[in-house]
Amino acid sequence: MARRHVLPGFGLTLGITLFYVGLIIVLPLAALAVKAASLGFEDYWRVVSSARAVASYRVTVLSALAATAFNVVFGLALAWVLVRYRFPGRQIVDALVDVPFALPTAVAGIALTTLFAPSGWFGAPLSAIGVTVAYTPLGIMIAMAFTSLPFIVRTVQPVLEDLDPAAEEAGRVLGARDGTIARKIIFPEIAPALITGASLAFARSLGEFGAIIFIAGNQPNRTEITALLAFIRLEEFDYPAAAAIASALLLAAFAILAFTGALNAVATRHLER
Amino acid sequence: MAIAGPARLTRAPSVARPDAAGRPPRVGDTPLVRRALIGFVVVVGALLVVAPLVVILVTAFSAGWGGAVAAISHPDTLHAIGLTVATALVAVPVNTAFGIAAAWAITKFDFWGKRALLVLIEIPFSVSPVVAGVAYLFVYGLQGLFGPALQAADVKILFALPGIILASMFVTAPFVVRELVPLMQAQGRDVEEAAVSLGASGWRTFMSVTLPNIRWALLYGVVLCNARVMGEFGAVSVVSGNIRGQTNTLPLHIELLYHDYQTAGAFAAASILALLAVVTIIAKALMERQMPR
Repeated sequence: MARRHVLPGFGLTLGITLFYVGLIIVLPLAALAVKAASLGFEDYWRVVSSARAVASYRVTVLSALAATAFNVVFGLALAWVLVRYRFPGRQIVDALVDVPFALPTAVAGIALTTLFAPSGWFGAPLSAIGVTVAYTPLGIMIAMAFTSLPFIVRTVQPVLEDLDPAAEEAGRVLGARDGTIARKIIFPEIAPALITGASLAFARSLGEFGAIIFIAGNQPNRTEITALLAFIRLEEFDYPAAAAIASALLLAAFAILAFTGALNAVATRHLER
Repeated sequence: MAIAGPARLTRAPSVARPDAAGRPPRVGDTPLVRRALIGFVVVVGALLVVAPLVVILVTAFSAGWGGAVAAISHPDTLHAIGLTVATALVAVPVNTAFGIAAAWAITKFDFWGKRALLVLIEIPFSVSPVVAGVAYLFVYGLQGLFGPALQAADVKILFALPGIILASMFVTAPFVVRELVPLMQAQGRDVEEAAVSLGASGWRTFMSVTLPNIRWALLYGVVLCNARVMGEFGAVSVVSGNIRGQTNTLPLHIELLYHDYQTAGAFAAASILALLAVVTIIAKALMERQMPR
């Protein structure tokens, strides 16, 4: 259908957009894909299934899952408190949620390491009770939890704000207790946002680098995350291996993106019905 | 807003009852649940989010004001600050221009593949910065697509400022678009169409009709983009080559100082970026008040 556009600038702005997206986003990712594909299946598989790589997936994925689980609970509580209650300092708490977004990851990394090092403010009391955080997977988890916190809060917050009080009231009139209303009326409404926020937080945790490498200790097979392994292969001038591992991370990111997209599509269809 | 006013704060009833305005109680309004949740959130938030900010400042000034000033005014640190500012001076305006163009094309016109374009633009949010850096290596590095040709022409992109700028532009490409598209979508096209039908040029329409409506969202996107560009670590770490006093941006310089056991110096440099983060958050909070929700 050839409808004339009313507003000017279609060709110019779309042209700029496509050129920029092509040059800045598509070209590098395509170059990475081509490089990884040029390895051939056998070599590619040998690199991405090596014991050290698999150990890195293990620690990365498990830490990311733990950090996401923590943030589902803490992030949900935080969003709930910010939306439902008025208390002195609420706006400061609201602003502090953005600290992990705004604070550069390397700065967060050295700060968390200093806090949790055996001599640090948190590390010293923790090591007295036998808990070591710095240079263990627990430290990786804490760094991931820090950087991915805003994703869950900021995804759930607007949905909680838009909740209709009438549904809650109806539940109460029908004699439901608070716990039942929370479980059967409120939770289903915010579940899609919670899952979306959780997948964003999980994706961010999988790819996080700066905040982690200081606190992780980076021992191969134990506390070495996948992003760091790609970086190390690069420093060893093993470019094919770096390409293979980076492309595995890229595929994981795309898989999560597709999962979130499909989930949103289902949720939208559900709401429209 | 259907939330209890300050009256509830001073005299909380023991059981959830209708508040002063006669609104029925809502789930979680009992004093016990309320206090427990606020307490949990404030304590964990202080430990996880506030403590890192405090430890940066305390460690930065552990050698006194003089120590911090000396660390920041070291030539290598000053060079790193200059490099970071130079990167932002290019990457932020370019991404702003791109963001405006993309938002105009996406919200003012209908075309095939619009959704796919939006997905493409948002990809950098999901991709690890290290992956982005590695990907740029395979375009402009010697192992890459254009590497040999660039070397023959004696053009240095990687391990130099252009590479740092490109990697930063990748990481922050969606920042301005993401703020503008929902707003411009909600505002529709009527006002612009009216302006054009009255004879205004496209540029005039944008400057005097669209821009006043989106200025806060635009500024918001620019501020967040700038914070991320100045703080980017992973992607820049791969493409910069980490040459001290040459291609070290401020975050990379902090890493170098930290690994050199110059802890106070590293934290003094880090406190500059922490300050930038705090300013960014305050600016964000102020701008959110200006924006209609």
